[in-house]
Formats: sequence, C-alpha cells, structure tokens
Amino acid sequence: MSAAREEILARIRAATGPAAPPADVDAAYAALPRGYLRAHHCAADTDIVALFAERAADYRAVVERADLTDLPSAVARVLAGVSRFVVPDGLPAPWLAGLAGGTAIVRDDPPLSARDLDKVFGVVTGCAAAIAETGTIILDHGPGQGRRALTLVPDFHLVVVLAEQVAADIAGALARLDPARPHTLISGPSATSDIELIRVEGVHGPRNLHILIAG
Amino acid sequence: MNPNGTMPTYLGMPAFPDAARAAVADSQLRRNLTHATTAIRTKRARAVAELGDWEDLRQAAKAIKDHVLANLGTYLPRLEENVTRAGGHVHWARDAAEANAIVADLVAKAGAGSVVKVKSMATQETGLNSALAARGITAIETDLAELIVQLGDDLPSHILVPAIHRNRAEIGELFRRTMPDAPAGLTDEPARLAAAARAHLRSEFLSATVGISGANFAVADTGSLVVVESEGNGRMCLTLPRTLISVVGVEKVLPSWRDLEVFLALLPRSSTAERMNPYTTIWSGVTPGDGPESFHLVLLDNGRTATLADSVGRQALRCIRCSACLNVCPVYERAGGHAYGSPYPGPIGAILSPQLRGFSSPVDASLPFASSLCGACYEVCPVAINIPEVLVHLRAKAVESQGHYSERSVFKLSGYVLRSPRRLAAAQRAASFSRYVVGRKGRIRRLPPPLSAWTDTRDAPAPPPESFRAWWARTRGGAELRGRRPAGDSPGTSE
Repeated sequence: MSAAREEILARIRAATGPAAPPADVDAAYAALPRGYLRAHHCAADTDIVALFAERAADYRAVVERADLTDLPSAVARVLAGVSRFVVPDGLPAPWLAGLAGGTAIVRDDPPLSARDLDKVFGVVTGCAAAIAETGTIILDHGPGQGRRALTLVPDFHLVVVLAEQVAADIAGALARLDPARPHTLISGPSATSDIELIRVEGVHGPRNLHILIAG
Repeated sequence: MNPNGTMPTYLGMPAFPDAARAAVADSQLRRNLTHATTAIRTKRARAVAELGDWEDLRQAAKAIKDHVLANLGTYLPRLEENVTRAGGHVHWARDAAEANAIVADLVAKAGAGSVVKVKSMATQETGLNSALAARGITAIETDLAELIVQLGDDLPSHILVPAIHRNRAEIGELFRRTMPDAPAGLTDEPARLAAAARAHLRSEFLSATVGISGANFAVADTGSLVVVESEGNGRMCLTLPRTLISVVGVEKVLPSWRDLEVFLALLPRSSTAERMNPYTTIWSGVTPGDGPESFHLVLLDNGRTATLADSVGRQALRCIRCSACLNVCPVYERAGGHAYGSPYPGPIGAILSPQLRGFSSPVDASLPFASSLCGACYEVCPVAINIPEVLVHLRAKAVESQGHYSERSVFKLSGYVLRSPRRLAAAQRAASFSRYVVGRKGRIRRLPPPLSAWTDTRDAPAPPPESFRAWWARTRGGAELRGRRPAGDSPGTSE
C-alpha cells in the first residue's frame, strides 16, 4: 500500500519537479486570480428572501412564507395530510405547537433502521443555511435536522428556513458552514435528467419538498 | 505494453472512423442524440448567461486546477492527512488493477456479496464491476442511466447521461423486458420510468452494507469529499451502508473549502444546465451516529501522472466531467459515444483516453483525429481546457508513435514519387486504375497495408480517371476540347 503511495508521489515529482515548501504553495494559492463576484445579488437592492423563494419554487418545491408567530399554524396546515412523520432531536418545540392532539409523531430515539424510516411518510426539519441565487437549502445535520438518513428515506420533507439563514449566494452560504460536519445541499425534490436529458422530478430522494420560510 | 495506466478499451474496439461510420448509419441513434444535445445546448447557454461573471469564474477554476496540478505533491499528502484525521482510511492505487483489488478486498472484508454504486467515471475507467464479478461480488448500478446501461448489457455513451443513445421508447421496452418487478402497464413516460427505477432499487438501498462511489471534488484542507448528483441514489449509497469506498482520481483534489464556491457554480450549469443540481453530499471522514461507520478513499493514478508529465496535455486533468463539450460537438452528435471506445467519449475523451492509456490500440491512436477542430468544446469548457490545442499536440504524438509508423512511410514514399516526373506519372496511372478496385461512392475507405495507415484515420477521394498531367499532355490545356464545343456553351452546364 505504501509502496504505491511512494511510487505515485515519485511519479508526480518526476512530472512537476520537487514539491515547493508548503508556505510557498500557500502563498501561490492566496495569489490566484478570483475576479468573480462573491455575491450576484446585494441585499440593499434585492429582496434576498423573495429571490430564494422564487428560485426554490423553480425546482417545483412547494414554497410558502409565514411570520414567525404564524409558523406553528403553518406547520400544522402542511402536516395535516401527513399520516406519520419523524421529528429529529432539537427541533424547536414551538414549531409543532399547532399540531392537533394524537398526531403520529415518530422520534429517532433509539435510531430507526432504514426499513423503519421507509415506513414513515414524512420528516420535519430546520436547516443550516440557504442560498438565494440557486434556491438551495443546506443541512448540516445538527440539532433540529437529524442524521442524513432522516431527510432521505421518507418521501416527504418539510423544511423550515428562517429568513436570516438565507445567504445571497454560494460563497456566503459556504462560509457559514463547519466543514467538519456532513452536509447535504438540496435544490428541489429528487429529479433526473437521464432520459433524453429532460428533467423529471421524483426518483430516490423525497419526491415532495415543502419549504416554509419564516420571518 | 501500455506505458501509462490501464483502462480497458472496449473489447475488439475498432479505430474511431470504423466505429463512427457504423454509428452514423444508425439513424435512430442520430435522432436520439440530436434531440437530447440540442435541448441541453439551449438550456446551458441560458444558465450560463444568467451569471455575468461566468468568464471570471471560469478563469478562477482554471487557475485553481492548474495550481493544484503543479503542486499535487503537496496537496495529495495534505488531503490524506485530513481524511485520516477525520476518521477515514486512505489507499493509493497505481493503476486500475490495483484499485480494483483494494476495493474487492475491502468488500470481502466487510462480508458483502453485493454493493450499491453511485455513478462514477473512475470505476467505469477501472472496469471495477467486472473485477468485482470475478471475485463473486455483484455491483448494482443505482444511477438511472447506469441502470439502463446495466440492464441492457450495454456500454455508456455519455459522461453525464450514459444511456443518452436510448430514447424513452427503447428504455420502456428494456424495463418491461428485463425488470422483474416493473409495474404492469408501464408506459414510456419518463416520470413513470423513473418511478419504476425507484421501486426496483428501494430494497437494495435499504439493505446495502457497502456503497461505492467516486467523487467530484476532494478538499485537501478539510479532508472533505463532494458528490454532486440529482436522483438521491448518491445520497442513498453515501449514507445508508455501513462501509463506504470512494475511488477518486488524484487530479480531483482542491486546495480549500472555499474553492467549492467556484466549482459548485460552474458544474451544474455546465452539465445539466441547472442553477444547482438537486443533491450535493459533502462529508469528511466518518461522523458517529450519522452515515457509514467506515470510510475508505482510494486515490487513483492510472495514467494521470503520465498525463501530468506532458506540459500541453496536462490541462486535460482540469476536467470536472461536466460533459458540456460532448453536447456541443458536431462529431459526437453524429458518431455517438460508443465510437470513442472508452468511458470518456466526445472531445474530452479524445484527449483523455489516449493520454491515460497510451497510443497502442487502434482506437487510441485514432482518437486525436476524431475532431474537426471547430473549437466549440473549448468555448463551453468551464475550466477552459483548450481541447483543439491538445488534439493537435496529440496528433503529432500519435504519428510519432509506433502505431503510425506506416503513415510516416507513406509520406516517405510520396516524397520519392514526387521527386521524379516519371515515377509520378506511373503512380498516377496506377492510382487511376485503383479507382476501379477500391473507389466507392467517390471515396476510398480502406486501402491495403501499408497504405491502410492513411485510410485508417481518413477517407481518401477516389483518384480521377485521368491525372491533370495526362490530361494536359493529351489536350494541351483543353484546346482540343474547347474546339469541339459548340459556341456559347458555358462551364457548369455539362453533365
């Protein structure tokens, strides 16, 4: 194994010359040209949250906006038709305060098997950030978002996005994240372009993505 | 011996012109390709035009990739260190066979008889599925297009959409014939076909113990791997199994987390013409309680360091596998992907395959010539690979290589003939005669060796019945002919 490592690194040295000192490499990296815009929209003249709503809807996600005070009733309205759904640890309790008594909430404690999750119809989560330019939600699978399988196996995903979580562009959103965590970037429901290069929604991931923007 | 890596050419693969000739005659294939590529070309142009700084993003991507390639000896150990720190295991594979053996050993150690796979160009390149089959391990392709290819016992013909050569009717027929659990009355509607694939693969995902993937990017400073996809099959394979093995070419490394802001802007718009692809998974090592318990990264050379050594050809390693160059290529649109004889078809394949594999096979020696050098590929490339420049460079290398020895001898022979008017006249008489032997529809497609070296990569016009020199000698510049013609006869009306 390490023989292969040494040989590949030797081939690289033969091709590019010996490795420069790390500080020189880092300095060369820092000097790379980056003439692109770090944000394509400015909060001063664009309603970033409205842009996010519009672009997420372009993927055929269902997008609604609600005041923070109306959030519990908005959540209850969306979940009214969902028979059984899973709720991750750390989801703010007030978000579910509007649900009717006797709603079948499933907790991931102890962790559900993939087969158990497949029997659950939906999941409700928050998110870590969102990108207006691309209509993307980012989960870092921290509190209120659940481990990755929770938002993957059930067919319906309701995600609550707080207005202040919406970044104008990719760069701003990535800067808010902790690279050590696992991340899932979600832009609309599961889709494929594999037949005649035409996009069709609904393959292996959740076929229904419902986004509630709060605040 | 292949001096570079080992990427199997498709069995018995003929040189590009022969394969292309057959493909061009397949009108269904041409209709399917024209339909799909025309639609995506228009959409891509719109998605790109939306970003006013596209050219700046492109130049930044080019600069980042060039910097990585020049400093690969620094970034690969850095990536290894950070993946290891995050709880992953890093393996190095010099060639395809070594990569396949590492993966097969890991699968065997995990005690799995089957694996679920995310579409991965690297494992297509190494021929992993057949290597696993030889060890009694079943590889289940979960990407819809890869599934179509696998069910049809077919070969991929496009980087992004491996089954682009099949239309919905053909796919519907294939599913009804080969998918035991296809729903009754399955129609050809793409949404219905996607739903059938969902149902077909569901239990495989839920019970899989080993997942195998490639990666679009590997971030050196954080040890993060990135997989960009659409269907969610990637998320399934990357999340649900206990063991995850990712086979990644050494050129996929990016220096820093921040670089993703460039590549996540360029890749989806270039490949599926979307602002962002539906799903992107990013992970660093293992996370207790979330996803695989064991993560293995296999870093693959397989001809990449040999490509790195060529200062002109090296830029092919900037490729992010978006397939925009395929979708705009007039040659690809007519010849289809199979004619390129490798998992990498189209313009990028024409410069990547011969560099990864060397020029020893007829198809690799002919690939640099599989282009009209129109430059559309360079124009759309999100990392600004000057494909025409590399093609011309590789043409020279192909001619110098053993495979084209005979072509050089043709040039030597023609020099000998052209130096003597007597020899030229004799050769021209022989050539005129040859049109009765090999000329077909005005073209010579195949000459016997050693002249086959010329017609291997091009058709030749059939020689005229009479050479100019012979005609001049006979008619003294057409005076005789003019004298015979009735007055007022204008050129161009005869015949």
